[in-house]
Amino acid sequence: MTAVLAGARGILNLHPAFASVLVELDPRRHTHAEIEKLVRLSVEHAPEEELPASRLVEIPVRYGGEFGPDLDDVARYHDLTPRRIVELHASAEYEVSFVGFATCFPYLAGLRAELATPRLAAPRKHVAAGSVAIAGSQAGVYPLASPGGWRVIGRTPLRLFDPVGEPPPVLRMGDRVRFVPIEEGEC
Amino acid sequence: MLNQIRVLEGGAQTTVQDLGRFGWAHFGVSASGAADALALRAGNLLVGNAENAAALEMTLVGGAFEFEDDAVIALTGSDFGAWLPLWTPVAVKAGGAIRCGPTRSGARCYLCVRGGLAVPRTMGSASTHLATGVGGRALRRGDLLPIGDAVVRQPRRAAASPPFSRAEALRVTRGPQAEWFGEELYRGTWTVSEESNRMGIRLRGEPIPSPAVHMLTEGVALGAVQAPPDGQPIILFVEHQTTGGYPKPANVISADFWRLGQLRPRDQVAFESVTIEQALGALRAAEEWLYSL
Repeated sequence: MTAVLAGARGILNLHPAFASVLVELDPRRHTHAEIEKLVRLSVEHAPEEELPASRLVEIPVRYGGEFGPDLDDVARYHDLTPRRIVELHASAEYEVSFVGFATCFPYLAGLRAELATPRLAAPRKHVAAGSVAIAGSQAGVYPLASPGGWRVIGRTPLRLFDPVGEPPPVLRMGDRVRFVPIEEGEC
Repeated sequence: MLNQIRVLEGGAQTTVQDLGRFGWAHFGVSASGAADALALRAGNLLVGNAENAAALEMTLVGGAFEFEDDAVIALTGSDFGAWLPLWTPVAVKAGGAIRCGPTRSGARCYLCVRGGLAVPRTMGSASTHLATGVGGRALRRGDLLPIGDAVVRQPRRAAASPPFSRAEALRVTRGPQAEWFGEELYRGTWTVSEESNRMGIRLRGEPIPSPAVHMLTEGVALGAVQAPPDGQPIILFVEHQTTGGYPKPANVISADFWRLGQLRPRDQVAFESVTIEQALGALRAAEEWLYSL
């Protein structure tokens, strides 16, 4: 539906999420009624729309230790070894449900049911850039340092967001993701 | 002499702002832009710029700036104690300086210069997004800001301060989850917390009862009033996160966004519920004033 709306003058942002699309309009250019009409039209035409091709993106991860401060806790919570947690996390294929939060944070679906883990009771004030984390039945990666309540099990050196350039489309909605463990001693 | 501004003192938090970058929310990048866009637009119109030209936004304590060549400038927004009148185009001689201090009214003061600031654009905007580093950082002593060519007409001759008060209640329309809430938001007043910033304005007061409903994360908009489980509302501001999972009982109307930009820590605010039609009427009044400049 976004193709019909994206070109419309006065639409400032279109933001898809799990079950919604936020349409941010400029009320100087469009009335709510006009936008509603456009949205209905675009929903009707949605099935005809061709989706951008899904890409498979591999994300290298250093698990545990200083890079994944919650790995041991997650292992204890599930009564598994940290190694098994890594195997489970790295053996699944994820899909980017959408991107948002702060700068290209991918909301990933496909976390193995055995890994579903509640959020931290109190969010951390500082989560390092590149932190690979899980929360509930979701997985994600923090592109920039920020506060956050997800369980951090590893860190990627891959830069998902570059504040200096245009946001590089490292991950887009619909892309598939695999996490690849970086072995000890590898640079 | 180059046509540029030299930063003598950065002040508490001075950034380059225009009206923001749009169309990047679905990558998690909110618009940023002037916290009081009404003051930025008015300042630009007064010096004869396109209204989206980049200017300096000062916060709570202003900076000091030297002009290396003759310039025409206007200070708008709150009174930061500079020697020149607010809301008035003023000619400054080469070598002249503007020194601002602590605010004597609201949270933000704008320094608009004829021609605008010619700083590099990121994703189509010169705005600084402090939380992510998009568009740069807060200014420091020694920074140089080239003046550009965003001129569209002659500077205005007369002063023109806005006929709106920053002390009135924040007008809101119903938010996406309004039906989960009662009238608690509208009872009494709220205090602006010290933890407020360009990402969000945190309020303290009698807690709003938290609805026991699980919400899916969804896109969120500027001015959304979020009610987290602790019942202390957060108004999403110009650098807001683009998705959120807290329910939103209300949304501040576009015509009152500028008031958010003028809120200082410890200010008291109240909310007033209005219809979409009333919100559009208020926006029209603000636009009419701007275009009368």
